[in-house]
Amino acid sequence: MIEVIGLSKRFGNAQVLTDITATFAKGVVNQVIGKSGSGKSVLAKCIVGLHRPDAGRVLYDGRPFHELDLGEKRVIRQEIGMLFQSSALFDSMTVLDNVMFPLRMFAGMTAAEMVKRARFCLERVNIVGKDALYPAELSGGMQKRVGIARAIAMNPKYLFCDEPNSGLDPQTSILIDELIKEITEEYGTTTIVITHDMNSVIETGQNILFLHTGRCWWTGDRKALLASENEELRAFVFASELMRQARRGLLGQV
Amino acid sequence: MNILYHIGRYFEFLSHVFGRPERSSLYGRRVLEEIDQLGVKSLGIVALLSVFMGAVITIQTASNIDAAWIPRYVVGFTARQSVILEFSPTIISLILAGKVGSNIAAEVGTMRVKEQIDALDIMGVNSASYLILPKVIAAMLINPFLIVISMFLSIFGGWTVSALTGVVAPNDYIQGLQWDFDPFTVTYALIKTVVFAFVITSVAAYHGYHTKGGALEVGRSSTTAVVFSSVVILIANYLLTQLLLI
Repeated sequence: MIEVIGLSKRFGNAQVLTDITATFAKGVVNQVIGKSGSGKSVLAKCIVGLHRPDAGRVLYDGRPFHELDLGEKRVIRQEIGMLFQSSALFDSMTVLDNVMFPLRMFAGMTAAEMVKRARFCLERVNIVGKDALYPAELSGGMQKRVGIARAIAMNPKYLFCDEPNSGLDPQTSILIDELIKEITEEYGTTTIVITHDMNSVIETGQNILFLHTGRCWWTGDRKALLASENEELRAFVFASELMRQARRGLLGQV
Repeated sequence: MNILYHIGRYFEFLSHVFGRPERSSLYGRRVLEEIDQLGVKSLGIVALLSVFMGAVITIQTASNIDAAWIPRYVVGFTARQSVILEFSPTIISLILAGKVGSNIAAEVGTMRVKEQIDALDIMGVNSASYLILPKVIAAMLINPFLIVISMFLSIFGGWTVSALTGVVAPNDYIQGLQWDFDPFTVTYALIKTVVFAFVITSVAAYHGYHTKGGALEVGRSSTTAVVFSSVVILIANYLLTQLLLI
């Protein structure tokens, strides 16, 4: 479980996050939604330690990340897997080497064990027979899947996904969503997904956090989202006529 | 103030580069890869430049020394001193600042904008050390060899032009090469080379590592890296000359 308590972050004169308090539960896909510029990515970067918050705490199963020394932070970081919006695969490494990279750095395994583990992770995301290819030779969807394989290589306790569906076709997008959900439930990870994809939110939302103007504006699950009367949330999620129709249809079923 | 900010951030960056590596055993292989990338792949341009540089220095010296009371072997002596003291260590390092420096800044800058450095940081890898330290060590190891090869080829270029054009007799040229030789000049040149190798790699990597934005900014970082490393090389050249030769 990850707890964020009173987290604030400012860049120069711009107050990006104000007093965010949220709990991200274990074994469920926690989604963070909000307009562009609402502070979603900054929140994720504060949680994983790429930005230092001006105020507030981030607790990883009770461990206050920003108050730990470098060695203790590294221990937590090795428990984190992250899927980036751009996949962030290393261009100079093959698919297999990309997935093996965290194992090489930290796992203390033999070469054969590393290859076995990396191949297992690649099979888990349905990438088979592509070991020797370089990231540039893969499609966007495949790159995302290799990114997920790398993120789960070390059996992470915490999984972060920054816009996992961006730039993907609807079918691949659904596959990636399902994969993240399966991995979260199978390994009991605390998963945080930053997303713009409202289909994904309405389809799979278990614990949704809506950020608006850098504040935690609303939290709940998909049922609560459909029924919510919160003006800003409804304006954001049901911006299109299609989504409004879908809402009416789904509310009838709920 | 801006320059002070960069100097402060550069030294902070260096403290990360020389910070404790996670798996030092992996660094050996990375250093060898970088030696190939930064050193061996620069050999062609270094060789080409050096041969022509030596030839031109010889012709220019010969054409400017036409007084009867100056012995002809002075051409060889001047060519040797120019090549060893200045042309090979400094000019070749400036050329490498352009080739290798822009390559490092572009590579590291692209990794930054494509979030690959963030990925390393989140994994708990000291990204500055993992990415940059092998480049710094590789350049400091291989550049002295490049410069020694450059010295040899420049002097050979001078001899070739003397043999082909007769601007100075080859025997006079060789006599000049051997006349009043002080081995410390080579030591001085190699000390400069090692310092310049550090400057080229670390300054270029600093600019690449702190790139923000996209492709345009990567290009800007690459250009800035070459400009800054060239300026630092010139300043360091002056300081080292003052320290070691005076």
